[in-house]
Amino acid sequence: MRWKPFRPVPDGTNLPFVQWSRYGYIASGILCLLSIWLFAYQGLNYGIDFKGGSVITVRTQGPANIDEIRQKLGGLDLGDVEVQEFGGPSDLLIRLEAQVGGPDAEQVAQTKVKETLGSTVEVRSAEIVGAKVSNELTEQAILAVLISIVGVLIYLWARFEWQYAAGAVISLLHDVLLSIGLFSLIGLEFNLNIIAAILTIIGYSLNDTVVNFDRVREYMRKYKSMNMADLLDFSINSVLPRTLLTSICTLIALLSLYIFGGEVIRGFAFAMIWGVFVGTYSSVFVAVPVLMLLGLPREAKRSARLEAEAARP
Amino acid sequence: MLQFARWKTLTILASVLLALMLALPNILPKAQQDQMASIGIRPMTLGLDLQGGSNLLLEIDKADMAEQLQTLAAGDIRATLREAKIAYSNIARIPGGVSVKISKPEDMEKAKERLNTLLQPQQAGVFAGTAPVNLYALDSVADGYSMKVTELGLEAKVASAINQSLKILAYRIDPSGTKEISVQQQGADRINIQLPGVDNIEDLKKRFTGTGKMTFNLVCEQQPNADGQVPPQDCASYPYKEAYDAALKKKDPSGKTVLLTDAEIKALPKLWVQTSSRSIVDGADLTDAQPGFDQNNNTVVTFKFNQKGALRFGNLTKDNVGKPFAIILDKVVQTAPVINEPILGGSGQISGSYTTEEAGRLSIVLKSGALPAKINIVQEQTVGPSLGADSVNAGFIACLVGLIGVMAFMILPYGFFGWVANAALLINLLILLAAMSFFGFTLTLPGIAGILLTLGMAVDSNVLIYERIREEWRNGRTALSSLEVGFKSALGTVLDANITTLIAAVVLFGVGSGPVRGFAVTLAIGIFTTMFTAFTVTRMLVAIWVQRRRPKEINL
Repeated sequence: MRWKPFRPVPDGTNLPFVQWSRYGYIASGILCLLSIWLFAYQGLNYGIDFKGGSVITVRTQGPANIDEIRQKLGGLDLGDVEVQEFGGPSDLLIRLEAQVGGPDAEQVAQTKVKETLGSTVEVRSAEIVGAKVSNELTEQAILAVLISIVGVLIYLWARFEWQYAAGAVISLLHDVLLSIGLFSLIGLEFNLNIIAAILTIIGYSLNDTVVNFDRVREYMRKYKSMNMADLLDFSINSVLPRTLLTSICTLIALLSLYIFGGEVIRGFAFAMIWGVFVGTYSSVFVAVPVLMLLGLPREAKRSARLEAEAARP
Repeated sequence: MLQFARWKTLTILASVLLALMLALPNILPKAQQDQMASIGIRPMTLGLDLQGGSNLLLEIDKADMAEQLQTLAAGDIRATLREAKIAYSNIARIPGGVSVKISKPEDMEKAKERLNTLLQPQQAGVFAGTAPVNLYALDSVADGYSMKVTELGLEAKVASAINQSLKILAYRIDPSGTKEISVQQQGADRINIQLPGVDNIEDLKKRFTGTGKMTFNLVCEQQPNADGQVPPQDCASYPYKEAYDAALKKKDPSGKTVLLTDAEIKALPKLWVQTSSRSIVDGADLTDAQPGFDQNNNTVVTFKFNQKGALRFGNLTKDNVGKPFAIILDKVVQTAPVINEPILGGSGQISGSYTTEEAGRLSIVLKSGALPAKINIVQEQTVGPSLGADSVNAGFIACLVGLIGVMAFMILPYGFFGWVANAALLINLLILLAAMSFFGFTLTLPGIAGILLTLGMAVDSNVLIYERIREEWRNGRTALSSLEVGFKSALGTVLDANITTLIAAVVLFGVGSGPVRGFAVTLAIGIFTTMFTAFTVTRMLVAIWVQRRRPKEINL
């Protein structure tokens, strides 16, 4: 019996990615601008890591009456109190804004909430982040994203020519922008986990980009007289089965995390899933076609005979 | 390339067996775990977000520290000038220090000489190799001098305060020294405390909201008769504990708040006590403190002085029979009894209308010694054991489903080679768990996410290799040559692809903290194990297959 393998891409596929990238640029450009606009006007739903304040998750006996609890807690004079369902009808997440009145104030506010809820409610987790710490965490997070982008830039510069490094960073910025845009649009809680997700998205997107770049570089040496657009298309298409298979495998793992991993990690899983989509798209439609715009230097063409010899497997 | 030397095969098999052994404790029951721990093989450490517990970040209150130093400087200047018989006036607090006016211009030089002895050069330690740093800087001002705390001096003070506080805090949290707590310095002025599985966290927190500084002071003859009066020189004003507690209760009935603000303290009835060193015995000379009961069955704390303290306390009580003295703890008057007779034995008791819980806490605090400065809680994460257990279960199921999903998906395009990839994947996971256990890395919930991500991305190396082999085969190479070239040319790509992810992981580890760091750890280890399995395990299995079957074609 012969194995009939599943192929994500039929053999001999040769899609004109460079030609399509024109529309890709337009779409990406619009989405990037939209993301910037969203970020500027709607902003992000910062979690307490960046804003200070406290979060308590509780479990009630039987389904919780959110409105009633919201009302009770609203009367405590603790500023903004958010109450939302957290994974199930009897699980709640309560968020308090940063309190004024010294280092003790957050603790006092939390106790008041716990007492108002009463002893029948189980406190499952409690978290407090002081204002000073949250400022530092914000700085660290921004620093982390910048350092990793610069680190990647340096690495690619050392391994490839500068055009590759530039192409990769453009596609990275694209991924980060679109991620932030989506988080802003849906109001995903933006916390340290999401920063971790963004850094991992950077890593993943690059992984994809580098595999494509590797192939471009290889073909540049091999097919010295091939037209640049054809060469880029050829490279992308050769690696396309791998691109899709890896993305699907990563998505399977992440979907499992999203569905079964529990409420605490769901935001992270969601961010990563989006990142895999954007990262895969940008490697193919942004990073490689950008090489065309930046213009890769080509070695002097060899004679046709040598060319044919080199092309032979 | 596909000729696999026997010793290599054996080495790989040996490392897989080793990994199996190191990872084994993670699925064994507790009893066997303990057995294996005796030969140094332990299961993974679960982070506080998985096993339940609290993580506290404390910060030295620099403002409080600076104020202490200001008070000390004022006292030192007064004593020194008095001793040198230099007339002075107006010792005033200025931002960052104190200033003093020297009455006669001809004393200026002499005063400078004397004050220069007060600058307190700090231990090098932190600034090893540089010139010693003075705690204070002396400057001339109109008709006198100013003494200000230097920035480097304060840093050195903070560093030594943190150092002392680590031990004191560890003792206060766990006097018996049997719990698995961790108290560590973080950055220049912070302390991170990890308390796995602690349920009385609120009570614990009260043990370090006060510094625990206790003194026995003689009471001033003059006492205030109205609110807001300023005490005379050499006297300090402290509120009574009963009034303090009552005000606290009014402010926060839950009893969680343990401190009043300066403004709130202002309105309380006060006792004026003497502050000159002749009229004080320092609580630092205590050797023991225990909760107990007095003859009226009130809760008290009994204490014992060391020799030096006993002598001082004996002399002080002998010279002041019939006069009241006060016991001050954290700037609050606990009790102010009259000295009926000299206390020469070096032991005594404090009765401050304590609850049993308070008395227990106070004796722990007194025994641990005073914290060098006030400490604030700036960050706190507490996860209950039930949520932690839920997270472990959810993470396990997610990993299992993810693993099965990925494995099934590898069979679809690659058939036999898919099984090879899956074998490599399982070994990869095994080595990852073994490395986590052996090196004592902490598994957190984001860490589980890192494992899942590794699962998804690990097969990438196999996919890269297989696709390359397939291309070579389709380009007309022989089966053996395709395999050989495939492995060889994929190597560079796999390296490049993984190093970029590694950069992200390293950055995350550098700037992240707690749970996020756990993610970086699993991700980074996962990258190494992936590269290892892709180029040893996968290759070995393929090599064995080639040797057995001598394939003429590649069915990929």
